[in-house]
Amino acid sequence: MYKKGLTNSIKVFMTSCILFVSSGAAAEPTKAAFIYIGPTGDHGWTYQHDVGAKYVKKHMGDDVEITTVESVEEGPDAERVMAQLANKGNEIIFTTSFGYMNPTLKAAKRFPNVKFEHATGYKRLDNISTYSARFYEGRHVIGKIAGKMTKTNVIGYIASFPIPEVIRGINASYLAAKSVNPDIQIKIVWVFSWFDPGKEADAAKAMIDQGADIIMQHTDSTAAMMMAEENGMYAFGQASDMGSFGPNAQLTAIIDDWGPYYLQRVQAVRNGTWESIDTFDGVREGMVAFAPLSDRLPADVRAMALQDIGELAAGTLHPFTGPINKQDGSAWLAAGETPPMFPDLLTMDFYVEGIDSKIPQ
Amino acid sequence: MVFLSPILALTLTALSTFFIFFLAGVDGFGAFYVLFIEPLSTQYNFSEMLVKAAPLMMIALGLSVGFRAGVWNIGAEGQYTVGAIVGGAVGLYFYEVEGFWVLPLMSLAAIVGGMLYAGIAAFLRTKFQVNEILVTLMLTYVAILLLSAMVHGPLRDPDGFNFPESRLFHDSATLPIIWEGTRVHIGLALAVIFSFLTYFWIKKHISGMQINISGIAPRAAKFAGFDENKAVWLSLLVSGGLAGLAGLLEAAGPVGQLVPHLPTGYGFTAIIVAFLARLNPLGIIFSSLLIALTYIGGENAQITYDLPSSITSIFQGMLLFYFLACDVLIRHKIIFNFSKNINHE
Repeated sequence: MYKKGLTNSIKVFMTSCILFVSSGAAAEPTKAAFIYIGPTGDHGWTYQHDVGAKYVKKHMGDDVEITTVESVEEGPDAERVMAQLANKGNEIIFTTSFGYMNPTLKAAKRFPNVKFEHATGYKRLDNISTYSARFYEGRHVIGKIAGKMTKTNVIGYIASFPIPEVIRGINASYLAAKSVNPDIQIKIVWVFSWFDPGKEADAAKAMIDQGADIIMQHTDSTAAMMMAEENGMYAFGQASDMGSFGPNAQLTAIIDDWGPYYLQRVQAVRNGTWESIDTFDGVREGMVAFAPLSDRLPADVRAMALQDIGELAAGTLHPFTGPINKQDGSAWLAAGETPPMFPDLLTMDFYVEGIDSKIPQ
Repeated sequence: MVFLSPILALTLTALSTFFIFFLAGVDGFGAFYVLFIEPLSTQYNFSEMLVKAAPLMMIALGLSVGFRAGVWNIGAEGQYTVGAIVGGAVGLYFYEVEGFWVLPLMSLAAIVGGMLYAGIAAFLRTKFQVNEILVTLMLTYVAILLLSAMVHGPLRDPDGFNFPESRLFHDSATLPIIWEGTRVHIGLALAVIFSFLTYFWIKKHISGMQINISGIAPRAAKFAGFDENKAVWLSLLVSGGLAGLAGLLEAAGPVGQLVPHLPTGYGFTAIIVAFLARLNPLGIIFSSLLIALTYIGGENAQITYDLPSSITSIFQGMLLFYFLACDVLIRHKIIFNFSKNINHE
């Protein structure tokens, strides 16, 4: 969060008491706002968006004025916060959670001159862009590492909600792990929350009881990482580098790097070149990155991970490359085939063959 | 003096808030303006305060009846959720069916849903003496999971890429707006009407009086031949029904669909609303507006002063704390009996 505190108070004081006459030297800053689902201190999803917001500030300096609002519920409050931010003169508003989709739509219709950027959704207008990342590319890499590093052949997977993005992650991790370890099993626990340290820690405990020695998570807190550290297990950071919470446990982390995208979009507004687009970037574009690989990885595992990261960056590797069957045994992808983004990946509601679990309905 | 205590509590809260801002290094006057005056100063902010107050008012009304009778329904959040599910399901069943009767039918379903859900607690309390605080509270978590299961399963939008939310309600299933250009819907008018109805019921009707007596003097109520079980049932059905209706009004109003995050704590905040009004149905109109103001102000403070979102909860907590403290200290005198202690030594 861009700390304004005292300086801002002084500014308000000056504008209200003295008749503040603009010097007219520099152009007005572009006003950009970010709405967060969680607290910026979650060290996961929201934290990483906030890092992106700070990146914009760092690169644009006085040319930008950034406002952030944290812990905004996905209900009726979201639309109001968007309207407030639009009324305060923000020219571009980033709404960084899937549940903001319909509120963003309503707000965008009411403020046709304000640009909206909705993360992970699929509804666009002339003034709404959508953006997300190919996180499953990250899952592919950690899946392979996990397949090599597990001794019990059981991966514990803490999942949030059974939506396509999470299912994609589970499938990508499993396929990758299986490709290097045919005996791999994956145990999935659904916590039905994005951020609930208590439940996430409980889920991690349940995993340990089921014989897992590596934990993956698709939730935002560091609870599972700390649990893995305590129990001498391995884990992977989610969204941000959680290495400080599990110095021995973290093998690497999938990092969401929103900064360059945010900078590009805010600058587009400033230059008047903003257009409604749909972005789905991955390792190649730098939106999905990795924390430094742990020293605990043996040389061959490290080399394998680096090679896959390199191939993802070059665009020569697709985590979903056939032949792949669905869980019920029916064919999904033929040998060498890769799926289209829509509908296969964006609406994914099935597990691939070999996963011994059911998607909650 | 007792009438002054809400004002006194508000003043003390304001002073404490000011002090906290001072410690946090925030311009106190500016933050104060943003928190309390700005929400009233523009038409948009004012209308949003009304939108926020409507469900709080509706739920608090029902709770106040129960609290008067000494029946502690802590789980209005759950009844609110079930009301939204049942009423919303009716709306989705009649998807794209036009008709003036769709909304009343949804509302009726929501009220019945909320009543039945609260009725579980009434049944357990009257039959087996199970504590209704625990039952209603725990059923809240069940209700939230039920909503999640419904929007992941049967009520999921078939064209929604498997994301967990229902379709958007069609026009006949969406609440009419009573203030053009804002989100203020007919639910606010209903809540105000219900406030007056509840007031007259409590003050003028015999069953209202029985509710009151059961809470103030349970033994006297028994001697007078009032049925305690009846008071329990009545309290829980009224509060459950109103909470259920509030849930539907929110789903079919500002939200416009069923989403997993529909319950955002109105059911719990309404407890504060009810007590700030001293359980007076007409007072609830004002206390719900006041609490709604703190929400809007808290968001403004975040936007303008970068204050953390917890400022709203801190403020609401302080307000209730000071209010209860003022009531106690106005009605009771504290006597420090030092001499007694000295004698013992």
